Amino acid sequence: MINLGQDEMAKYPFLADSGQYLKDKGFSLEQFGTDPDLKIIIDKAYDRIQVAANGQVYKSELINNSVPNPAALPREVFSFLLAVILLKLSGTHTLIRRFALAESRRAEKFLEKDLANISDQRKENLAVKIMQDLFSVQVTRQNDDFVISVSDYVLHSINFHEREWKLINRRIEGGHVFLSPHETVRLIRKELGNYISSKIISTKTPEMFQGFQEPVNKLTLLAKKFATNTVVSTEYPPCIKHGIKVLEQGENLPHSGRFMLATFMLGRQQSVEQIAPLFKNAPDFNEKITMYQLNHLAGESGNGIKYSCPSCTKLKSQNLCFPVPACDGIFNPLQFGRKKTVNA
Amino acid sequence: MPEREIRLLEESFKKYYFDRFDLIHIPEKPPMREFGYQKFSSGMIRHLTIKDDKELRLMIMRNVPSDIYCSNGYYSFPNLPMAEKDWQGADLIFDIDAKDLNLPCRPNHIVHKCVDCNKTFHKDSLCPNCGSSKHNSKSFPCSICIDGAKKEVEKLSQILIEDLGVDEKSIHVYFSGNEGFHVYVHDTNFQKLGSRERNELVDYMMFRGAIPETFGMKKSKPNRSSFCSFEEKGWRGRVSKEIFGSKSRRSKIITQIMNDGYQSFARQLEQISTKIGANIDPNVTTDIHRIFRLPGSLNSKSGLAKVFCEDLKQFNPYTDSCFIDDTKTQVIANLPFEFKLKNEKFGPYNEESVSMPRFAALYMICKGLASVV
Repeated sequence: MINLGQDEMAKYPFLADSGQYLKDKGFSLEQFGTDPDLKIIIDKAYDRIQVAANGQVYKSELINNSVPNPAALPREVFSFLLAVILLKLSGTHTLIRRFALAESRRAEKFLEKDLANISDQRKENLAVKIMQDLFSVQVTRQNDDFVISVSDYVLHSINFHEREWKLINRRIEGGHVFLSPHETVRLIRKELGNYISSKIISTKTPEMFQGFQEPVNKLTLLAKKFATNTVVSTEYPPCIKHGIKVLEQGENLPHSGRFMLATFMLGRQQSVEQIAPLFKNAPDFNEKITMYQLNHLAGESGNGIKYSCPSCTKLKSQNLCFPVPACDGIFNPLQFGRKKTVNA
Repeated sequence: MPEREIRLLEESFKKYYFDRFDLIHIPEKPPMREFGYQKFSSGMIRHLTIKDDKELRLMIMRNVPSDIYCSNGYYSFPNLPMAEKDWQGADLIFDIDAKDLNLPCRPNHIVHKCVDCNKTFHKDSLCPNCGSSKHNSKSFPCSICIDGAKKEVEKLSQILIEDLGVDEKSIHVYFSGNEGFHVYVHDTNFQKLGSRERNELVDYMMFRGAIPETFGMKKSKPNRSSFCSFEEKGWRGRVSKEIFGSKSRRSKIITQIMNDGYQSFARQLEQISTKIGANIDPNVTTDIHRIFRLPGSLNSKSGLAKVFCEDLKQFNPYTDSCFIDDTKTQVIANLPFEFKLKNEKFGPYNEESVSMPRFAALYMICKGLASVV
C-alpha cells in the first residue's frame, strides 16, 4: 500500500480510495448531487472530462508540484472523483478512454518531476515505489540516468511504435537499459492509462442525483462527437501484393509468407476454395496439402482455432514488409486502406 | 520412404538410443514440458507428457522415433490442446542455420531431386531430364558452412553477455544435427517474455531497426560530437568499429556521413546489419510454443545427433555428432559430389551400388540420395 501525503493525493488522485476519501472529508455523493453550493465542483469535474476529451491535459491548481492552499487540495481530488462518477453515469466508453489517457499524461508529468527531484529523496522514492508497486518496473538511479532491466524494458516498450523506443536504439549495458526520467515515466504511460481506466470501469455505477443529470446529458452529447466511421478500400497492402507476385512468378514464398497470405485472405472473408488457387504456382504445390493447411488456418479442422493475420512488426522481422506511405499508422495488414473519419 | 530403408533406419536409431541414452538431456521441469515425436512412416505426434528419463526411454524403445522433440515452453497442462495448456514461460532459444548465411560455397554442395521424374541434378535450376521447376533440395554442409555458423554463434554470445548481461555459463550451444546450432539461454529474466517481446530481442541481436539518431546523426543540424566512438559499449561501439575502421579515420568519415545526409546513413546502417548482427532465424526465437529437437536425439535429416558443444571452436560435427556404427552396408548411391564423415571421404556416385560404413549410408539415405540394395 502506498502512503500518500496531501500533495501526492492531488497529483495522483487515482491512487485514493474514493469512497473512503469522501467519507474522511465528511461528504457523501448525495450532497454533491443536491447541494447547489457544491455545483462548482461538479462543473470542475465536467471541465476536467471535456479537456481530456479534446486531447488536452487538465491544468491543475498545483504550483511548483505542491498544493498552494488547503482549499485547493479537496478541489483537485474531488473534481477527479466526481469526473469518474459522471463518466460512470453516462456510460460513455470513448470518454472514459480519453479521460484515462489525459489523466495518465497529467500524472506522468508529476511522476517525472518527482523522479528527477534530487533535493527531495522522499519524492523520488515515492515515484520509484509507484512504478514498482503498480507496474512491476524496478527502477534504480545511476548518476543522472535511471536504469531498468532489459526484460522489464521490452515488456513495456512493446506498446510503442516509434522506432526510437526499439531496444536497438537504446543505450544498453550488462542487461540494463539507461533512460532519462522523462523516458522512464513515458514507458508506463499505457499501463498508467489502463490502470486509471480499469479503476473507473470497476467503480460501481452510483445513484443518479438531480445535480448530475445535466452534466451527464452533456457528456452523452459530447461522446457522439467522437464516434468514428470507417471507409475500407479493396486494395491489397504491399506485403500481400509482394507475396502474390512471388507466387505468380513460380518462385518460392517462405512458410511465413504463405501463412501471411492465407490468414490475410481469410481475414478479408475469402473462402478456402477462393484462396487455394493462389498457391498453385508454388514450386512444391500439392492441392491436398494446401487445402488441409488452409482449412486448418480457417479453424475448420484440427483444434478449431482460427488463425489471424500476423502484425506488421512480425512481418517486418520476417522480411515480408515493404511499407509505402499508406501503411503509416497501421499495425496489421488488415487495417490497410481503412480510413477513420471522426464526426468532430 | 520405402520399407527397406525404414527398417534399416529404425534398426540403427534403436541401437543408438539403446547404447547412448546417456547423451540424451531432458531440459529442466520435464513434467511441465510438451513432448512430441515423429516416426519414419507417420506424421507428428504431439502434446505428450513425459515425467522422467525412464518414461522417455520406454517411449523411444516402443516407438523408435525418427525425431524426438521437447517444448521450449512449460505449461500447467502440457498434454492438453495448445489453447488449454496454460503457458507458464519458455526458454529463450536462438537458431543459427548455415543455409541462411548465403555463403558462396552453398551451390557446390546442394543437390536437387526432381518432384516429377525423381532425377537428381546439381547446379541447374530446371530438371535436365523433364524440364520441371519443381524439386526438393538437400544440402551436404561443408566445413566452411559450419565455421560460418560458429562465427554467428560467437557474435550472438558476445551480444548476450556484454549487452544483455547473460552469464556465460547460462549459454548452452548445441549442434542441431544437420546444418546449424541451437543456442539456449538459461536465464530466468527472459523466460516470461512473450512472442512480441522476444521479437524485440531478435531485432536487437540482428541489428535491425536501428535509426541514425542512435549513432549520432540527426535529421537536422547534425553535431559531430554526438557521433558514436570506439570506446563505447554495445551497438554504438560495434557500429563505430564497422563504419570508421580505425580511430584515425573517424573524423574524416563523420564529415562524409554528414555530407551524404541522413537517408544515406540510414541505408548504410541497414546494409551493415547482416554483417554485424547475428544471423539468427527470427521465427524460432519468437515462437514460445515450439517443440525443439531433444538434445542427444538423432536428426532424421542426417542421422547425426543433436549434441552439446562443450568447446565450440574445437567442435567438429562430422566426427563429434556421428554415433552410428561402421558396419558395411550395401546401397545404391547417387550424389554428384563428395562429402566427408568421420574423417573418411565418400562420393561422388552415379546411381551405383557401393558398400560403405553404415553411418555414411544412413547419412545419404536420410537425405534421400541412397537406397538399400
